[in-house]
Amino acid sequence: MIHTPMDKIAEATPEPMARKVRGLSDRAIAWIFVAPSIFLLLAVNIFPLIWTIRLSFTNYRVNRPNRDIDFVGLRNYERILTDSDTWMTMQATAHFLIWTIVLQVLIGFALAYLLNMKFKGNDMWTTIIVFPMMLSPAVVGNFWTFLYQPQIGLFNYVVTFFTGGDPSSFSMIGDVQLAPWAIVIVDTWMWTPFVMLICLAGLRSIPDSIYEAAECDRASKWRQFWTITIPMALPFLMLAVLFRGIENFKMFDLVVQLTGGGPGNTTTLTSIDLKREAFEKWRTGYSSAYAVILFVTVFGLASIYVKALNKVKER
Amino acid sequence: MSFSVTEPSIRTKWFAGTAVVLYAVITILPLMWIIATGFKSPADSIAYPPKVVFEPTLEGYVNLFTQRTRLNQDDLDALPPPETWYDEMVREQGQVITGRSRYGERFMNSIFIGFGSTFLCMVLGTAAAYAFSRFRVPLKNDLLFFILSTRMMPPIAVAIPIFLMFRQLGLNDTHLGMILLYTAVNLSLSVWLLKGFIDEIPVEYEEAALIDGYTRFQAFYKVVLPQAATGIASTAIFCLIFAWNEYAFAVLLTSGTAQTAPPFIPTIIGVGGKDWPAVAAGATIFLVPVMVFTILLRKHLLRGITFGAVRK
Repeated sequence: MIHTPMDKIAEATPEPMARKVRGLSDRAIAWIFVAPSIFLLLAVNIFPLIWTIRLSFTNYRVNRPNRDIDFVGLRNYERILTDSDTWMTMQATAHFLIWTIVLQVLIGFALAYLLNMKFKGNDMWTTIIVFPMMLSPAVVGNFWTFLYQPQIGLFNYVVTFFTGGDPSSFSMIGDVQLAPWAIVIVDTWMWTPFVMLICLAGLRSIPDSIYEAAECDRASKWRQFWTITIPMALPFLMLAVLFRGIENFKMFDLVVQLTGGGPGNTTTLTSIDLKREAFEKWRTGYSSAYAVILFVTVFGLASIYVKALNKVKER
Repeated sequence: MSFSVTEPSIRTKWFAGTAVVLYAVITILPLMWIIATGFKSPADSIAYPPKVVFEPTLEGYVNLFTQRTRLNQDDLDALPPPETWYDEMVREQGQVITGRSRYGERFMNSIFIGFGSTFLCMVLGTAAAYAFSRFRVPLKNDLLFFILSTRMMPPIAVAIPIFLMFRQLGLNDTHLGMILLYTAVNLSLSVWLLKGFIDEIPVEYEEAALIDGYTRFQAFYKVVLPQAATGIASTAIFCLIFAWNEYAFAVLLTSGTAQTAPPFIPTIIGVGGKDWPAVAAGATIFLVPVMVFTILLRKHLLRGITFGAVRK
């Protein structure tokens, strides 16, 4: 809050007088400035959210506008939570989430650690490494299907160049076993720089004097790494995990272009499943309930996590 | 340079540099491959082993912007001689140009919707950020959290009611609808980022202006706006990149008139089979501007991607 002499004078000046002297009052300006944004967000986010919650208790279908809309209570929720396909989808999502986060944290942190050695030209290389994450996931994901082609694809060629074997012997996006890894690889390629940038900020925030003190105490480099570097960079790492977790829980564009959810349902993440229910099968009521379940999951997990993050920060 | 115990040795630095450069080369390879494929002939693009050295051609770009049909040799010979170099190029493939492709149109849509939503977002976002930064807004923290939380929802989940709402209002597949939608999605980012930038401008400047007889509005646009110019510019680029790259809403809510490039590029097919050089050409034209922006933004990158949570 700002408490300046100007504010005190402004407060002491009678309202009509202030208006004459200063034009609009600060409070009026605050409202004029904030209201349009809040209004737009209410219209595009909150109003639809309330609508979704209402629809989730009905059997409404967009493609059958003339049918009576029945109130079905919690039946949609019951169906989703007892459907074995939903749990398959959740499993695929969990596999994707866990592995992308593990790989991105490991590689991202390692890269940040190396970049923090401040060798010559590290700024330029940072910028180059960052490119993939700034690009359109749909467009890049689509091109990766070309790189993943057996026989002619660059990915298969490079892999078999080092391992031997026949490049047409495996298909990353056509094989039930490999497809879940195909999406993990592309997501890791794309988003490792994100984790790297946050970790780099974390490493740079550690003052040199702490290391100097440790050096005087003859702590080994290994010991310094585990007792200084990791604990001090931990809040940053956790923040990176939070961002990647939320983003990958929402994941749609990259994976839908890469595999379309296939083969079978092996890469059908929740967003892809939801899209099918809502915009291909047109089960609007059912998919609204699905959407509500996803909201609650994201908000629930994120707020628990933020509490943990704040605890780490306080230490 | 003075000796420091924390300064890594030359050998460590050399090792770190090599490892990072190696990673950078591997990570940039797919992007280089997109750009290279755009200049390959269709035959070169699917050659085995993959061709690193090839004769560059603009066939991919010509195919990207044109619609063509295949003719047999007799019909081709019966045609009048080709008028332009691209006519000739297409004839050599045994095809003739029948019209313009939709790529140009989709690209213009991306520009129009991207810049439109960015502009609107900056106007609304700067005002809101200024108010949140300088005034006592009731429920300030709740409102700020609400603004941030709108970004946590999966786009597909939000798309269901927005689809219904836009249909009621006649906004489905319109430029205005997409601009409003992208503005709303980007507002959270721009308010949070801009609040951070405005927080950093000392209040004393405005107070001096107010004492000199400026009104709040004048102090806002004559003192704060010029000071926040860099911040506003980098926030704008972030909003533009987001709107530019967005796919989920675009593919669900647009089909004909207002479709942007990301849902369109993957659907590019040639005459008889997927035309990868044309896809790569379309992707290159679409991706390279973002790479240029990334270089311009590099100082504010971290702030932009973390909603201002991490400042360097």
